[in-house]
Amino acid sequence: MKSPAAYADIIQYRFNPLEKSKLWLWKLVRTILIAGFCFIILFPLFLRLSVAFRSKVDIYDPTVLWIPRHFTLDNIKIAMEATHYFSALLNTFLISAGTTIIQLASCALAAYAFARLKFKGSGLLFGLVIFTIVVPPQTIMIPLYLTYRYFDLFGLVKLLSGKSSVNLIDTFWPFLISSATAMGLKNGLYIYIFRQFFRGIPKEIEESAFVDGAGVLKTFYRIMLPNAVPAIVTVLLFSFVWQWNDSYYVSLFLSKVKVLSTQLMDMGSALGKEPDLVYQSMLLNTGVLLLTAPLIILYLFVQRYFVESVERTGIVG
Amino acid sequence: MFRKPLTLSQKKQWYGVLFVTPLILGLVILFLLPLIQSFRFSLSSIHLVEGGFAVDYKGWSNYSNLFTTNPDYPRRLTESVTNMIVNVPIIIIFSLFAAVLLNQKFRGRALARAIFFLPVILASAAIANLDISSFVGGSTMSGGEGNGGLMQSFELKKMLTESGLAPMFVDYITGAVDRIYEIISSSGVQILIFLAGLQSVSPALYEASRIEGATGYEIFWKVTFPMMTPLILTNMVYSIIDSFSHNSINSLISETAFKSFEFGQSAAMSWVYFAVVTAILGISTAIISRKVFYYD
Repeated sequence: MKSPAAYADIIQYRFNPLEKSKLWLWKLVRTILIAGFCFIILFPLFLRLSVAFRSKVDIYDPTVLWIPRHFTLDNIKIAMEATHYFSALLNTFLISAGTTIIQLASCALAAYAFARLKFKGSGLLFGLVIFTIVVPPQTIMIPLYLTYRYFDLFGLVKLLSGKSSVNLIDTFWPFLISSATAMGLKNGLYIYIFRQFFRGIPKEIEESAFVDGAGVLKTFYRIMLPNAVPAIVTVLLFSFVWQWNDSYYVSLFLSKVKVLSTQLMDMGSALGKEPDLVYQSMLLNTGVLLLTAPLIILYLFVQRYFVESVERTGIVG
Repeated sequence: MFRKPLTLSQKKQWYGVLFVTPLILGLVILFLLPLIQSFRFSLSSIHLVEGGFAVDYKGWSNYSNLFTTNPDYPRRLTESVTNMIVNVPIIIIFSLFAAVLLNQKFRGRALARAIFFLPVILASAAIANLDISSFVGGSTMSGGEGNGGLMQSFELKKMLTESGLAPMFVDYITGAVDRIYEIISSSGVQILIFLAGLQSVSPALYEASRIEGATGYEIFWKVTFPMMTPLILTNMVYSIIDSFSHNSINSLISETAFKSFEFGQSAAMSWVYFAVVTAILGISTAIISRKVFYYD
């Protein structure tokens, strides 16, 4: 049973030629607009795909627009060699997956505390978290680098090993430590998302769990987390993707360890012996494609849950 | 030894403290201390010595150097800030528009949404440096005008100029059209936030305005838009912060630190930049939050 207004709508649209034509016109305009935007978004991707399989002969052939005439896998091979693709891929994946899982845990815990387990000063602390989003990462770049370069946790390291400090540059530790303390890439945003979501879950559910004898921890992982799946999916995707694409922190903490985004930046010099500039940019674009290919494949699987979850993420509160 | 057991609320508080312990650790070690240190660095000159680094206090000279002897900094700062001021309104208008479009029911909506969020996945600093428009081979596709990107809007420019708009606005609009890819690719998260907001507007409001005989246009301006104002604020803050991650001043700050090893100079640069951004955020938030409408 629909509401009377809905019926009025239907009648109005079905029998009023003016309304009908307006509706169709709007539909047409909307379709054109959406198709246009989608084209703009997809165009670079398609272009890169088309370029990746071209041979050198096709570059100066004006009749080749989309489909390469001389199909070849050479570009991909060269790009893979120039970037040491598989070792870089493994490193990138390890860093991204590790930080994602740890960040998820640390951010969700902190956000739950901010949403439900209020204590003295938690408001101030949350304000600080928001402040971390606002401060540009460049501001604390150098001290952060030095912190990890001469890492010494309140003098603990000195006590245990007798050395004055540990050098953590070129290991994965900086990423893991940052993630574990919820100070990683855009973690303030994740805490904010989670907090908004947890606030939207009815208090009664929690209270009934307490009455039934569950402790705070148990309530958190048996009641809150299963309810927060949309937020979890959103944060998972964001943190994985942003860490994957990040070149800033990676180039700050890693110089010898190779990951995809830094490899891609150095690819130009790796291709230095290639005289033809157009071909060089072709190879670079192939490299970009190689960087994003795993993400696109991941997105194909996740997008359904992602798009659905967005609607209920409670980003809005 | 008999102790009174903790009440539930006390217990909850202690658990709360326990849950944020890692965060507090991180805030202190990886945020607050570096922040203070960075400020100290900006007032001094640093050189690496054996087993650490030495800091010599120099006073405010780093800051004054930025605007007196540094050739690049003022220019890049103004450039970054103007880019921010130019882009953020366009991004917000576009993402609201796109979110309203994607919120309607039509065939293939799921696909359209999936495509619109692709830029969130693909946006990255490394990729932004290798923008596809720099691809020379692409010039054969865009009708041979390889200079200045893929899309040019001469027709629109002519039309707007002839319709008597001020040249400033014409440049603004056509500039936005020319940079459409950049704008779309940097408004993924904003579209997300607006979409989530649109979903949470109560349908009763729309129904009521329908019964009162409002047209679609009126409904947008009188119902949807006011309901979206808090999110416009959120998105504006997010867009301003997001423009940090890819602009020319960042590369300058990084180069100063790690190529020419002027750590103090670099720290001063980032602090001035931070101050400017904070000022912009403060001013714009103050202006917008006066107009924000909270439906409670």
